[in-house]
Amino acid sequence: MTFISNLINGISLGSVYAIIALGYTMVYGIAKMLNFAHGDVIMVGAYISYCVTAYLGLPPIVSILAAMVVCTILGMGIERFAYKPLRKAGSLAVLITAIGVSYLLQNVALLIWGSNPKSFASVISFSSIALFNGGLIITAESIVTVIACIVIMIGLTVFTKKSKIGKGMRAVSEDKDAAELMGINVNVTISVTFAIGSALAAIAGVLLCSAYPTLQPTTGAMPGIKAFTAAVFGGIGSIPGAMVGGILLGIIEIFSKSYISTALSDAIVFAVLIIVLLVKPTGILGKKIMEKV
Amino acid sequence: MNKLKNLSKYAATNIKCYGMVIVAFAVLYPMLQAGLISNKVSGLLIPICAYIVMAISLNLAVGFLGELSLGHAGFMSVGAFSGVITIACLNDGMPAPVKLLIAIIVGGILAGILGLVIGIPVIRLRGDYLAIVTLAFGEIIKNIINCLYIGIDDAGLHFSMKSANDLNLAGGKMILNGPQGAVGIEKISTFLAGVLLVVFALFVVLNLVNSKTGRAVTAIRDNRIAAESVGINITKYKLTAFIVSAVIAGMAGALYAMNFSTIAAKKFDFNTSILILVFVVLGGMGNIPGTIIATTLLYILPEMLRQFSDFRMLIYAVVLIAVMLATNNARLKDLRARVSAKLKTHKGLNAESGGKGDVSNG
Repeated sequence: MTFISNLINGISLGSVYAIIALGYTMVYGIAKMLNFAHGDVIMVGAYISYCVTAYLGLPPIVSILAAMVVCTILGMGIERFAYKPLRKAGSLAVLITAIGVSYLLQNVALLIWGSNPKSFASVISFSSIALFNGGLIITAESIVTVIACIVIMIGLTVFTKKSKIGKGMRAVSEDKDAAELMGINVNVTISVTFAIGSALAAIAGVLLCSAYPTLQPTTGAMPGIKAFTAAVFGGIGSIPGAMVGGILLGIIEIFSKSYISTALSDAIVFAVLIIVLLVKPTGILGKKIMEKV
Repeated sequence: MNKLKNLSKYAATNIKCYGMVIVAFAVLYPMLQAGLISNKVSGLLIPICAYIVMAISLNLAVGFLGELSLGHAGFMSVGAFSGVITIACLNDGMPAPVKLLIAIIVGGILAGILGLVIGIPVIRLRGDYLAIVTLAFGEIIKNIINCLYIGIDDAGLHFSMKSANDLNLAGGKMILNGPQGAVGIEKISTFLAGVLLVVFALFVVLNLVNSKTGRAVTAIRDNRIAAESVGINITKYKLTAFIVSAVIAGMAGALYAMNFSTIAAKKFDFNTSILILVFVVLGGMGNIPGTIIATTLLYILPEMLRQFSDFRMLIYAVVLIAVMLATNNARLKDLRARVSAKLKTHKGLNAESGGKGDVSNG
């Protein structure tokens, strides 16, 4: 029973990582940049949701929508003012700017909400499910997280395959210049990518804090790094890859926490990542790009 | 100034680097001896030296080798903790500078061995995948050191991965206490040692870069396939540069740790790696004098901003973004190019006007 319970916890945590990793992977696929500020957008989303429920007393669903709206605007703003001017600059310049944005968000949050952790009230109101006479308890948060992850996954796949903007996104990720010649507005496409990624980050933030209810300005940093790892794990740039990578990472983390050592769990997660990358250098579902001479 | 221009680019860089360090030392050291420098400032000197060495080391990996390493603090960490353990094992009667030297050498060697172990698999990967694996190694090192308990008594060193009680120390003392990190370190780092280490790092890196190995390394960075096709052994040169970088980082770590009485593994986390990367990128990749200046300024900046307390890191973040945007702004670049072009035409006015005449004739 503990095995199944651990597995469910792992899938649930992994689903959160997967949702965050989608943001990383989409931005990477289209703008070819590592958006290190993504983890902090999660934190902002969680704070917005917290404020809407705790101070305004509005229902949780409204708080999630508010968080999504704020994060979408934030993500597009970051792209417009920090990353867009650097589109022709080297990738390291963009990376450092992203780190700067990450520091900025953390410190603005520190000024507004202080460094004391806030205890986040779960947005999910129905109770846990007990199976086998209480031998196996599945929390409502796990169920909602996994369902949300599946819905988002299917939604995004359909969106990128069928809709016009989604097709544009795929075109831009293949070849930006050729896409522009075909009449695709690259600026709008990149903006939309950041908007979707940030809205997903808001959802991830709320789900993460519902399951692990301490909220402080650095909350987003570690899940951010792990989700980034998950995105690479699954093959960066690939949407199903982010899903697979995220869930595997979550399962490995929970299993190593409960069967090996809590303190070493992060080390184990990263060790598995290294082994996978050595065997398959472009990640589990990554495309191998042939180098042209 | 004119003489400096006539020298080769290599010699000019050397003079700039060593000159800067020597001048800074010549100014600061007498002031430090005379007690003219406040405690607050003098406390920054050794960390600045350590970070300059770190930045030089990372510049070798990122600037010259062209591989983004996001786990450089891991090497610093290994150097720091092996240095601390070495010091604890050494005889108390030994003079402090000798102890420090041994600690720094041991730190460098262990970091170098780790560099080899990490380097062999990592060097095969490229770009972002290499970055993520170095990040992962950095986190693994941090995690493992966080779980280490090491103590020493008459019987020798005791290790444990569980708790301090498992060490079964008979008297003796704790060296590493898990998440609390190293405790009771002898503070034997000096500013002089720091400067000497900077000079040593400069000597190694500048000479390496201008050697056959260095040219091979930059050739690999600029075009891997072309370099391979002219017979450069990519793995060998990349690994050499990576290990040298690791050794220097380990030495910096040992110097850094010996400046504090306690130090924890979480000091050398991802954020520290990023901090050093920021120094390198702002200083200019492959630009050693720039790195030294950027490290000094950026290390001092947050300390200067302490009076703004809560706004400190906020201002730092804004400065960071603003500098990145400004240095990559097309209009500013254009302006700079035009100014420097104007300065040049001013000097070679005759030659330039002759050239223009030709065009109008044609």
